[in-house]
Amino acid sequence: MPNPDENADLGARVDAAVTAALAAIETATTTAELQAAKAAHNGQGSELAALNGSLRDIAPEGRKAAGQLIGAGRGRVAQAIAARQGELAAAEEAAQLEAERVDVTALPRIRTAGGRHPLSMLVDEMSDVFVGMGWEVAEGPELEHEWYNFDALNVDPDHPARGESDTFYVAPAERHMVLRTQTSPVQMRSMLTRELPIYVVAPGRVYRTDDIDATHLPVFTQLEGLAVDTGLTMAHLRGTLEHLARIMFGAEAKIRLRPNYFPFTEPSAEMDVWHPGMRGGPRWVEWGGCGMVNPNVLRAAGLDPEVYSGFAFGMGIERTLQFRYQLDDMRDMIEGDVRFTEQFGMVI
Amino acid sequence: MRIPLSWLAEHVELPTEGAAEWLHAQLVRVGFEEEAVHGGELRGPIVVGRVLELVEEPQKNGKTIRWCQVDVGEANGGVRGIVCGALNFVVGDRVVVTLPGADLGGFEIAARKTYGHVSDGMIASERELGLGDDHDGIMRLDQLGIPGDVGADALALLGLDDQAVEINVTPDRGYALSIRGIARELASATGQDFTDPAETARGAIAFGTPSGFPLAIEDDAPIRGAAGCSRFIARVVRGIDQSRQTPTWMASRLRLAGMRSVSLGVDITNYVMLELGQPTHAYDLAKLQGGITVRRARAGERITTLDDVDRALSPEDLLITDDRGAIGIAGVMGGAETEMDASTTDVLIEAATFDAVSIGRASRRHRLISEASKRFERGVDPAVADAAAARVAQLLVELAGGTLDTQLGAEVGEVPAMRPITIPVGFWSTLTGADYTVDEARAALQAIGSAIDQGEQSWTVTPPTWRPDLVDRESLVEEVARIVGFDRIPSVLPVAPPGRGLTRGQRLRRRVADGLAAAGLTEVLVAPFVTERQARMTGHEPVRLENPLDAEHAWLRTALVPAMLDTAHRNLGRGLTDLALFELGRVFVAAEGQGTETLPDAGERPADDVLAELDRLPVQPDHAAVLLVGERVRKQPGRPAERFGLADAIEAVERIARTLGLELGVRQAQRDWLHPGRAAELLVAGEVVGVAGELLPAVAAEADLPRVVAVAELDLSALIGAARVGLETQRIAPVPAATQDLSLVVPIDVPAGEVRRAVREGAGALLEHIALVDDYRGTGLGEQQKSLTFALRFRAADRTLTAAEASEAKLAGLAVAAERHGATLRE
Repeated sequence: MPNPDENADLGARVDAAVTAALAAIETATTTAELQAAKAAHNGQGSELAALNGSLRDIAPEGRKAAGQLIGAGRGRVAQAIAARQGELAAAEEAAQLEAERVDVTALPRIRTAGGRHPLSMLVDEMSDVFVGMGWEVAEGPELEHEWYNFDALNVDPDHPARGESDTFYVAPAERHMVLRTQTSPVQMRSMLTRELPIYVVAPGRVYRTDDIDATHLPVFTQLEGLAVDTGLTMAHLRGTLEHLARIMFGAEAKIRLRPNYFPFTEPSAEMDVWHPGMRGGPRWVEWGGCGMVNPNVLRAAGLDPEVYSGFAFGMGIERTLQFRYQLDDMRDMIEGDVRFTEQFGMVI
Repeated sequence: MRIPLSWLAEHVELPTEGAAEWLHAQLVRVGFEEEAVHGGELRGPIVVGRVLELVEEPQKNGKTIRWCQVDVGEANGGVRGIVCGALNFVVGDRVVVTLPGADLGGFEIAARKTYGHVSDGMIASERELGLGDDHDGIMRLDQLGIPGDVGADALALLGLDDQAVEINVTPDRGYALSIRGIARELASATGQDFTDPAETARGAIAFGTPSGFPLAIEDDAPIRGAAGCSRFIARVVRGIDQSRQTPTWMASRLRLAGMRSVSLGVDITNYVMLELGQPTHAYDLAKLQGGITVRRARAGERITTLDDVDRALSPEDLLITDDRGAIGIAGVMGGAETEMDASTTDVLIEAATFDAVSIGRASRRHRLISEASKRFERGVDPAVADAAAARVAQLLVELAGGTLDTQLGAEVGEVPAMRPITIPVGFWSTLTGADYTVDEARAALQAIGSAIDQGEQSWTVTPPTWRPDLVDRESLVEEVARIVGFDRIPSVLPVAPPGRGLTRGQRLRRRVADGLAAAGLTEVLVAPFVTERQARMTGHEPVRLENPLDAEHAWLRTALVPAMLDTAHRNLGRGLTDLALFELGRVFVAAEGQGTETLPDAGERPADDVLAELDRLPVQPDHAAVLLVGERVRKQPGRPAERFGLADAIEAVERIARTLGLELGVRQAQRDWLHPGRAAELLVAGEVVGVAGELLPAVAAEADLPRVVAVAELDLSALIGAARVGLETQRIAPVPAATQDLSLVVPIDVPAGEVRRAVREGAGALLEHIALVDDYRGTGLGEQQKSLTFALRFRAADRTLTAAEASEAKLAGLAVAAERHGATLRE
C-alpha cells in the first residue's frame, strides 16, 4: 500500500512545481523566454523531471498513482507551453509582417518594358487576316534582280520608274540588280514556284530614291497580295479588300475603286478605304493600288491568260499606320526613338 | 495638268456654281486623281482706276511715299485718296485699285490711316494680285497693253475670276495633258457632245499644202526599232508685229495652267500645246541656215539650249538640225541660236510627232523635263500635228498680225495606223464581275473614240490615234469599267484552298521578336544604308549602290549593329540614355558573279537555267541584333544602379537560341571593333553563328556613345535553319535530388566554361544540372590561380541517390577537370 502521507507530500510538490511552471510560462513574452521556461520547469533537471525520476524510489504499489499525479502535472505544463507558444508565435508573426510592410508605390523596377515596332505588329496583324482565309505569306529578296522587279511585271525598259531618280541600282548598274521598289517581285517568284491556285500576301521592305519628308520614306514597308486562280474577277479583288478593311477599321469600313494605271495590272485601280474612325470624322482615305494581273505578267510566269486570271493589290504599311493612328509625320516611324514604340505597348 | 475652267468651258458645259468641285468629282470617277484648285482666291472690289494727281512726300525713315488721287469710277465712289509706295507710275496711268472690302487671298483691304493720310484702298502690283513675281512697282495697264475703262472690274479683266483644276495624269494617258483630251474625257463621263478643237483649228485657217522648204527625217539609229520622228510639218508665218502683247485672256490662262507668259510668239506655241496636247516650236526663219534635217546626234556634237545650258549630245539624242548643225533637241528643248527675239518677223512653225522612248531617254539623259518632253514621253496624238500647226498659224495671224505664207513649207512622214484589238463580247464582265451590258460597253468604247467592228462572238476594236496605251482586250475592259463605272463592280470574297498557315521560319521569327520584346528590349527598324567603314566593320564584302541618296551612305549593311549605333546615338541625343534595342532585318553580302549581263525578254517565262542565273544575287540572310547601353536597373530606393554589359547581350542572344530550342555556345574571341577582353563568338553545333561583345571604346567614342556599349548579332536565318526539329523526351523522374557544391582551383586563364564542361563530362549522366556560383581570387590562392565553385544537382532516374553516389560522381568530374586543366580540390 502506498503511504498516503507520501502521496500527499508528492501531490503538494507537484502542485508547487506546476504552479511555478505555469507562472513562468505566463510571464514569457517571447518564444525564447518560453523555451527557457520550458527547459527550467519541464526539461531535464527541472523539479517535475526530478519528481518523475524519484518514482523508482516509490514502492511499486504506490508508483502508479504517483506516476499519474506527476504525469498530470507535466501534462498541464506541456499544454500551457503549447498554448503560449501559439500565442507568442502569432504575435511574433504579426510583428514581423508589420515590420515587412513596404510602400507599394516605391518598389524598385528591375526590368524595363520592351516592345515590338508598331510597323512589325501591323504587318503581323494584316498577314494574320489573310492566313485566316487560307492565304499564305510569301517572301523574297529585298535586293532583287531587275527582271523580277520590272521586266517580269510588264514595266517597259524605258518606263520612267526604272530611272535612277526612282530606283536604287546596285553597282555596277550593268549587272541589273536593284533594291526592289515594290513587293511585287514576290508575285512573280510565287507564280514561278508555287502550285496553282495561288493565294499569297507578301509583306516586306521596299526602297525608292525619295527624299525623306512627312509622307515619304526611301525605305518603307508594303503588303502585297496576289491571287491567281480560274475565274477570278475584280469583284473578288474588291471582296478581299473589303474583308481586310472591315477587320482593320470596323464593320462600317468599305472599299472604293478608282481607275488608275500600273504596268503590272489591267484594269488597274486606286483603292480608297472608308475609315469610320478617322480623326475629324469618317472619310475616304487613299490606301493603295490594285488591279487584275496583266496578261503579260501571267505569261512571264508561264501561265496561260486564257485559263487563269488573277488579282493583285498593295498598300503601304507606314501609310496604314499613319492614318490608323493619326500620325502626322512618318519620320517618327523610322528614327528608332524608343518613345515612339513605347506608346504602343504590344498592342496595335 | 492644270485646267483653266474658262478654257474647258469653251468645249464642254460646266455648271455655273461650284464648277471646280464638280469637275474634280467627274474626273476622279474616270481616273484622274485630284490634286488642287488654283486661282479664284481674290475677291473684289478690284477695279481699274486712273491716277489724276500725285504728291511725293519724303518720310523720316528715308522712304518717299506718294499721296495720289485716283479716279475709280462713279459707281465705286469716284476719286479716292490712296497712299502708294511705288514710284514707277505717272499721272494719267491706268492702274489696278483694290478697294476697301477686297480680299487678296487672306489679306483684306480696308481704309487705313498711314503716313498722315487715310488711304482709301491700294494700287496693286502684279505680285499682290498673284499674277507674277514683279514687285518693282505697280501694274501700269497702258504699258502692259491691258484694256479696260476706269471703274471696270479688274478681276474679270485680268482673268483673276478664273480658276484652274489640277489633276494627276497617269503616265499611260498622255492625251489627257491637253484641254482637248480633258474635254473629251469630261464629255464621255457626262454624256455631253464633244466638238474636237483639233477639227475647229483645221477649219479656222486656209492652210493649203505649201512646199519648197527643205525638210528631211534621217534616223539612221532608231531606238528599239522605232523611228525617232514619224511626221514633221513645217509652216511659215511672215511679218509678225513684235510690239503686240500677249492678250490678257491668254496670259491669264497660261498662268493658271502653270506657265509663265514670255512673249506673244512663245505664248502662242505654249497655248496651242496646252489646248491640243501637241508641242510645237517656232523658229526665227531668218536665223535658220538652209533646211531642216531630223537626225541622231554625232559623236562630240554640242548644243546650247534655250535655257542657256551648253550640253554635250549623245548619239542617241534626236536632233533638229540646219546647215550649221543642231538647233534643237527634238521634243525636249529648242536651241538658243534660232530662238525668236524682238527683231523676229518671219517664223517657221514646227509640229512634229516624236517617238516616246527616244524623247523620254533624251529628257532623262539631259535631266531636262520640259512641258514638251513630258507630253512626247507619254505619247502625243500622231494625227494632231497638222491641227496644231494650223492653230499656231491662226493665232500668229490673228494676234501677232502675221500673214500665212501659202507657198513655203513642208510635210514629211505619215500618221501610223492603229492596231485593231479583238475582244470577246462580254469579256468586260468576265474580267470585272460587273454586269456591264453590251450597249454600255459599246457606248463607252465609242465615247473614247474607238471604231468597233461588231461580230457575233467578238468585236474588233480600233482605238483612236491618241490612245497608244490601248493594246489588248484587258485595256479595253478598263475603258468600259472606267466610263460605265467602277462602282458597278460587286464585292465577292473568294474562297482560297486550305492554307498551311505561317511557315516554320515565319513563326519562329515572330517568337524571337516577341521574346526579345518581352525581355525588355525595344524593336527598331533601321535603314540599311551605311558608310563603307560601317559596311566593312564586320569583315564581309559589302554591296555598293550606284545612286545612293547621299554619297557617304552608299553601301548596304553587312551587319545590323553598325547602323544601330546611329539609332542609339539619336536616342541618347534626346536624353534617352538607357537603351535596350533589338532589330531583326536583312543584311547584304556580295556574292561571286552576282547579277547578269543581260535581261531576259519580258512577256515569256525564262528557261530554268536563265531563272537560276537571275538568282545569283548577294546573300541576304535575316540577322538579329541587340544593343544595350546605359543602366539596366536605375538607382532607386533600396537598389543601386546597374549598368548594361556584355552579360546582358549574351543573355539576350541565349534567349533567342533557347526560343529556337538551341543551346548557344560561347567562347572568348577577338574582333577588331570589339573590346579585346570582352568579345565572344556564339556557336551552334560548333559553327560560329554570331558575335557578342562590348564595343571597343574607340569605336564607341567615334559613334559618340558612352564607353560601354554591349552588342550582339546573330545570323537568324542560320539559327532558324538549325532550330531543333524533334526532341527525345524523357519521363521526369519523381525522385529526390542530391545537391553538392564543388570548389576547385584552376589557373586563372582557364575559361570557367571549359572547367564546367570538364566537370559535366566527368560527372556523367547522374549530373542533372551545374551552375557556376562563385569565382574567387585572392587570399589563400596563388597569384595565377582562381577558385571556381559550382553548384551540382545529381539525380538518378530510378532511385534516390545516396550522398556517397553523388560524391563519387562529383569526384569523377573533378578528375576530368584535373586532367584537362590542372584543377585541384579547394580545401
